[in-house]
Amino acid sequence: MENRERTITRTRRARVTVTIRALKHAFPRTVPVMAGYLVLGAAYGILMNINGFGIWWTLAISVFVYAGSLQYLGITFLTAMVNPVYAFFMSLMLNARHLFYGLSMLDKYRDAGKLKPYLIFALTDETFSIVCHEEPPKSIPRYWVCFWISILDHCYWVAGTVIGVLLGSLITFDTTGLDFALTALFVVIFVDQWKSGHGHRAALTGVAASVLCVVIFGQSAFIIPAMILILAAITWDYKKSGKEIEA
Amino acid sequence: MSGHTVQGIVIVAVMAAATLLTRFLPFILFPAGKKTPQYISFLGTTLPYATIGLLVVYCLKGVNFISWLHAMPEIISVAAIVLLHVWKGNSLLSIGAGTVIYMVLVQGVFR
Repeated sequence: MENRERTITRTRRARVTVTIRALKHAFPRTVPVMAGYLVLGAAYGILMNINGFGIWWTLAISVFVYAGSLQYLGITFLTAMVNPVYAFFMSLMLNARHLFYGLSMLDKYRDAGKLKPYLIFALTDETFSIVCHEEPPKSIPRYWVCFWISILDHCYWVAGTVIGVLLGSLITFDTTGLDFALTALFVVIFVDQWKSGHGHRAALTGVAASVLCVVIFGQSAFIIPAMILILAAITWDYKKSGKEIEA
Repeated sequence: MSGHTVQGIVIVAVMAAATLLTRFLPFILFPAGKKTPQYISFLGTTLPYATIGLLVVYCLKGVNFISWLHAMPEIISVAAIVLLHVWKGNSLLSIGAGTVIYMVLVQGVFR
C-alpha cells in the first residue's frame, strides 16, 4: 500500500517537472508576441475606451473572442450597433483564415487530450506562427509546449487591452482620427500578404469586387453582395484550374 | 439593462461564436487523418487574401474620392503606410506612424 502511494507521488512529481520544463521551453518563444500584443492590445483598449466601452466590455471580449483584427473591426460593430446577423457574417469572412490554420494543425494537435479544446480556441495568427513549426526535444511533450505558448499569448493580449483602457482614461489630447489605426492594420496585412508573393489574384479580386459593390449597392449595403461575388469568383477560378489539371 | 447594452452583448456573443466556429471547424470536419477536400483547402489558401482586400475597402468606404481634396488625408496616409511597410516591414511602426500622420492631417491640415 505504502509502496503504491509512493509510486503515485513519484509519477505526479515527474508530470509536474515535465510541465515546468515545457513552460521554460515555451516562454522565450513568446517574447516577440508579448511585445506585439501589449502594443496592439493597448491601442485596442484606448480605442474601446474613447468609444465608450470600458474595462468590462474590453476584458470580456479579449478573454472570450480573442481575435485581434476581429476585435478592432468589432469596435465599428459596437459603435454603430449593427445587425448581429451582419456582424456574424463579417466575423466569419475575416476569420476564414483560421480554417487554414486548423487544417495545418490537425495532426500536431491530435494527441493533445484534454488540452486540445483550449489549444484550438487560442489559435490566433501570432500563436499559429509559433506553434506551426515548434519541434521541442523528445523529452517534452509538444502539446504542453503549445499549451504554454497559447496561454501566455492569451495573457499578453488580455493584459495589453486592459492597460489600454486604463491609459485611455488618462488621455487628454484630441483623439480625432485615432480610429484610422484599424485601416492602417488592414493595409499593413495587405502589404505583408502581397510581399509574400502568394494570392495576388485573390487580393485583387477582393479589392475589385468590393469597389464594384460599393458603387452598385452603396456603402451601407455592399458587404454581403461583395462576399458572394468574391466567393463566386474564387469558385470559378477553382473550377477553371481543376479543368486545366484534368486536361 | 438598456436595449443598447443587450444588443452590444449579442454582437459580442456572435463574434465569439463565429471565431469558435472557424477555429473548431477543421477539427470537427476532418478528425484524425481524414483527407481535406481540395475545394476547402483552396478556399483556405485564397479567401484570406481576398478578405483583407475587402476589409481595406470597408475601412475606406466612407471616403469621398470624387472630391480629391476631401480624400487627401486617407490617400496620403495609406500611401505613407504602404511605402513605410515595403521599406521597413515593421508592422507596429507602419501602423503607428500611419495613424499619427492621419491624425495630424485631419486635425491640423485639412480641417
